[in-house]
Amino acid sequence: MTKLTFIAHDGTHFDVDAENGSTVMENAIRNAVPGIEAECGGACACATCHVYVDEAWTEEVGEPEAMEEDMLDFAYDVQPNSRLSCQIKVRDALDGLVVRVPARQG
Amino acid sequence: MTDIIRTDVLIVGAGPVGLFAVFELGLFDMKCHLIDILDRPGGQCAELYPEKPIYDIPGWPSISAQGLVDRLLEQIAPFKPDFTFNRMVSGLEKLEDGSFRVITDENEVFEAKVVVIAAGGGSFQPKRPPIPGIELYEGKSVFYSVRRMEEFRGHDLVIVGGGDSALDWTLNLQPVAKSVTLVHRRPEFRAAPDSVNKMYAMQEMKELDFQVGQVTGLTGTDGHLSAATIKGPDGDTEVSCTRMLPFFGLTMKLGPIAEWGLNLHENLIPVDTEKFQTSVPGIFAVGDINWYPGKLKLILSGFHEVALMAQAAKRIVSPGERIVFQYTTSSTSLQKKLGVAG
Repeated sequence: MTKLTFIAHDGTHFDVDAENGSTVMENAIRNAVPGIEAECGGACACATCHVYVDEAWTEEVGEPEAMEEDMLDFAYDVQPNSRLSCQIKVRDALDGLVVRVPARQG
Repeated sequence: MTDIIRTDVLIVGAGPVGLFAVFELGLFDMKCHLIDILDRPGGQCAELYPEKPIYDIPGWPSISAQGLVDRLLEQIAPFKPDFTFNRMVSGLEKLEDGSFRVITDENEVFEAKVVVIAAGGGSFQPKRPPIPGIELYEGKSVFYSVRRMEEFRGHDLVIVGGGDSALDWTLNLQPVAKSVTLVHRRPEFRAAPDSVNKMYAMQEMKELDFQVGQVTGLTGTDGHLSAATIKGPDGDTEVSCTRMLPFFGLTMKLGPIAEWGLNLHENLIPVDTEKFQTSVPGIFAVGDINWYPGKLKLILSGFHEVALMAQAAKRIVSPGERIVFQYTTSSTSLQKKLGVAG
């Protein structure tokens, strides 16, 4: 199991055990993390699972692909560390990953 | 008053489930008319993910969403459904004879014996960008679509977005507006490369201004815009403007259906699982928009729902007529309807 931490907009921490191969979004939904909507169900078609990747993790998580960049155009307050959590796959190297949930989704 | 369009069954929503409803209703000789807010059939399949594969359509190990829509259209073609696109249903009224009158946002009037709501996640509507206080300007100086280009003549216009709508209107309104500033959060665009090249060429000629950034604030009085604040890589800048066109894609909202007097359950329409009828007899709800214990938002569940709904709809459209259950494989009468009888 890989440990992930979601920090909700109000500062609440959600520490979850995630299965490798699942997406960060799926783990947010499974653990009812507030502020992650995932309207489209993970098809990279809606930009409502937007998260900010903690600065310490941006390099390991990597850059969004072109399609994800396109969808990020629809997100709220996009920052250089913005990602769509449905496009981040959980793996060993992400053990301890911290992501923050924005004030709102679009 | 405009001419009334009469049909047996009015289907609200032309997504996969609405389309397949035409098939099941057609087998029972019911004529269908579909209304959709999009400009083409397919609903979310066509609008959100046309090229993505779907893996849980029985018999199709993998099919693209648009491929499914195309095949459904082919499958229902023998029943010659009528379509009205770019319209949102607004009003619904029950008439004395038990049928329904439905009005669209462009005041077309439909009368049908049965109404089937197959509206999925609701109607696609322009997404409001996350700019504080923007609602105060909507309809006066901030618009989400261009109905008449004259609205923009002589105005300092800010267009926000990076897709085809944003780029097309930047190019088309440039000769009409006093000035055009295009704002997009990055220098890459989703729009057609040809439009992007044209835009950059016009920027080169100083015919318009393109700024990388996100609009974070608006200034103005009584809904009349005077400036927009743009947060760019080098900090905030202020751009004078009297009109704004944000293009932030589409979102889904239940819309006026919520006012139809149907019982609702968290923005979904509860139905029974025998007929998929709502709390108002004669109005059915199928696909993602309905709710019942155990509901799954799957296309295949919607297909099942319309088959059962069609039986109940037939009893309303042709009261007293005996309903004979038949298979398309063996029934020559069904095959005649499908145009495949030998």
